Amino acid sequence: MSQTTLAPPHRPTRIAPRPRPRRRRPSPLHLLLVPLTVVMLGPLIWMVLLSISTEAETRRFPPGLPGGVHWHNYVDAWNQGPFGTWLLNSTIVSVTCVVGNVVFCALAGYAFARIPFFGSRLLFVAVLATLMVPFQIVMLPTLIVVRDLHLTDTLGALIAPNLATPFGIFLMRQFFTTVPRELEEAARIDGAGRLRTLLRIMLPLMGPTLATLSVLTFLNVWNDFLWPLIAIQSPGNMTIQMGLQNFQGSHLTNWPVLMAATVISQVPVLALFVVAQRFFVRSIASSGFK
Amino acid sequence: MAVATAGRAVRRGSLRRGDQLTGWAFVSPAVLLIAVFGLIPVVWSLVLSFQQTDLTSGGTWSGAANYTKMVHDPVFWQAARQTLLYCVLFVPVTMALAVPIAVLLNQKVRGMTFYRMAVFAPLVTSTVATGVIFSWLYNPQIGLINAGLDKLGLPQQGFFQSTGQALPAVVGMTVWGWLGFAVIIYLSALQNVPRELMEAAALDGCGRFRAFWKVELPLLAPASSFLLVWLTINALQLFDEVYVTTKGGPLHASTVLVYYLYQQAFVNFDGGYAAAIGCALFVVILFVTVIQLWMGRRTSHYEAG
Repeated sequence: MSQTTLAPPHRPTRIAPRPRPRRRRPSPLHLLLVPLTVVMLGPLIWMVLLSISTEAETRRFPPGLPGGVHWHNYVDAWNQGPFGTWLLNSTIVSVTCVVGNVVFCALAGYAFARIPFFGSRLLFVAVLATLMVPFQIVMLPTLIVVRDLHLTDTLGALIAPNLATPFGIFLMRQFFTTVPRELEEAARIDGAGRLRTLLRIMLPLMGPTLATLSVLTFLNVWNDFLWPLIAIQSPGNMTIQMGLQNFQGSHLTNWPVLMAATVISQVPVLALFVVAQRFFVRSIASSGFK
Repeated sequence: MAVATAGRAVRRGSLRRGDQLTGWAFVSPAVLLIAVFGLIPVVWSLVLSFQQTDLTSGGTWSGAANYTKMVHDPVFWQAARQTLLYCVLFVPVTMALAVPIAVLLNQKVRGMTFYRMAVFAPLVTSTVATGVIFSWLYNPQIGLINAGLDKLGLPQQGFFQSTGQALPAVVGMTVWGWLGFAVIIYLSALQNVPRELMEAAALDGCGRFRAFWKVELPLLAPASSFLLVWLTINALQLFDEVYVTTKGGPLHASTVLVYYLYQQAFVNFDGGYAAAIGCALFVVILFVTVIQLWMGRRTSHYEAG
């Protein structure tokens, strides 16, 4: 009797939260994932914490949480270094290089994949060969080339060597070899030229590959340090990475302002990363390139 | 089909000449840029290595003097040894940590997007920012890591300021920066493991751990061989993090080859000697690349799966 009266109210309560029981007990894997997150994000979190501390707070040992949020560190950093100029320079250089790579590498990749012309194999092998040459090996002669082109200490010196990359050509050529030939042959029989075929038929298909190329080019140029270091002298032409390093030299002991400057230098790329994380990861995974 | 091929054959003759022109027109901007900033500098680098030059004015021929100097330069050999030591520490540590982390990030757990983001975030952090942050973390007086050691009752360490610890400290910093990259490569390899394979293993009574050990891990071999070479090539080129943190010191303890090259070219203004160091490094990198091509050929049959 008591059992039958109890049974009906039981049932709905058991049905209603049905999706729950699986989730009620968190997976034990969190015990591994949380410490991992702490280690990987820890340095970045401390960067932010230090950037809102007072100078006295950064000198205590052991370090602790800041007592309040001191935004003035950001104001100080912004006023003490031309961060606006540096961010603008980095943006100009990175965006120009992205556009250059997209246009030049798409054209070259298409020609290498699809247009039979004299010397194409030899040229492509030569391009591939430079893919294996690390930048540090060629940077000294490149510096001389840049000087001979009268680009020393200009943004042009940062743009020109990265405007077309062997990696980009390789990536685009790989893509074009996967597109069925029939697609463009139909267009060509209809009388479309090569450029028209590329723009009308291929361009709509190129989205993901071009995006991969853009993301990786942007990341590489934006974070590049060694080349700006040797090619640029005047603070007005520095990129944000080089500027930050320059700023570090003069603010070695002022940790809050230095960290605020570091945050400023990282915000654009980190924001882009948070918004398009999946995309970054897919780009790196598909090309095996950082 | 026959009509199509016939049509193509007819058109081919008339299009050939146009193709020559279009082909060259399409590749020439990119090829020209790469020739000027890639191909010519390689040869030029070799030429410079036989010259005495400060890079600002013309050089004078000095035969193999730079190479003789290199062979007898104890700091060069110290830098070479330290570069090798750095590779030997950095590459295996990164790979060994990346495999379990990739397996962990491949599980279905709530909040995985966030966990993945945490592991990948250092990847987009610039080397300069990484250097600044770790200068504080490793700081002997106020740094977080020494605070941790203090809590554990361990003595405080000098890290970047100690000759014995500077290089291992750089390894720790760069592993943090590169781990996400290795994890991405392993993660995408794990996601390419056919589900049927794991199901078959489970049906055969294979436990989760055994299935990983016997089925998944061998399938990670191509990813591992790629990472081994790619990480080694990048480790040989280490510069940014050293420049921002230790400046090669203390007492050359963290001077690696590219840092030494930089010093020779832009501090001592000995461009010829710097070029010679670059050429020596290039030979080593070429050697590693050839091994990769050879290994790639050997392991490529895995990738069909």
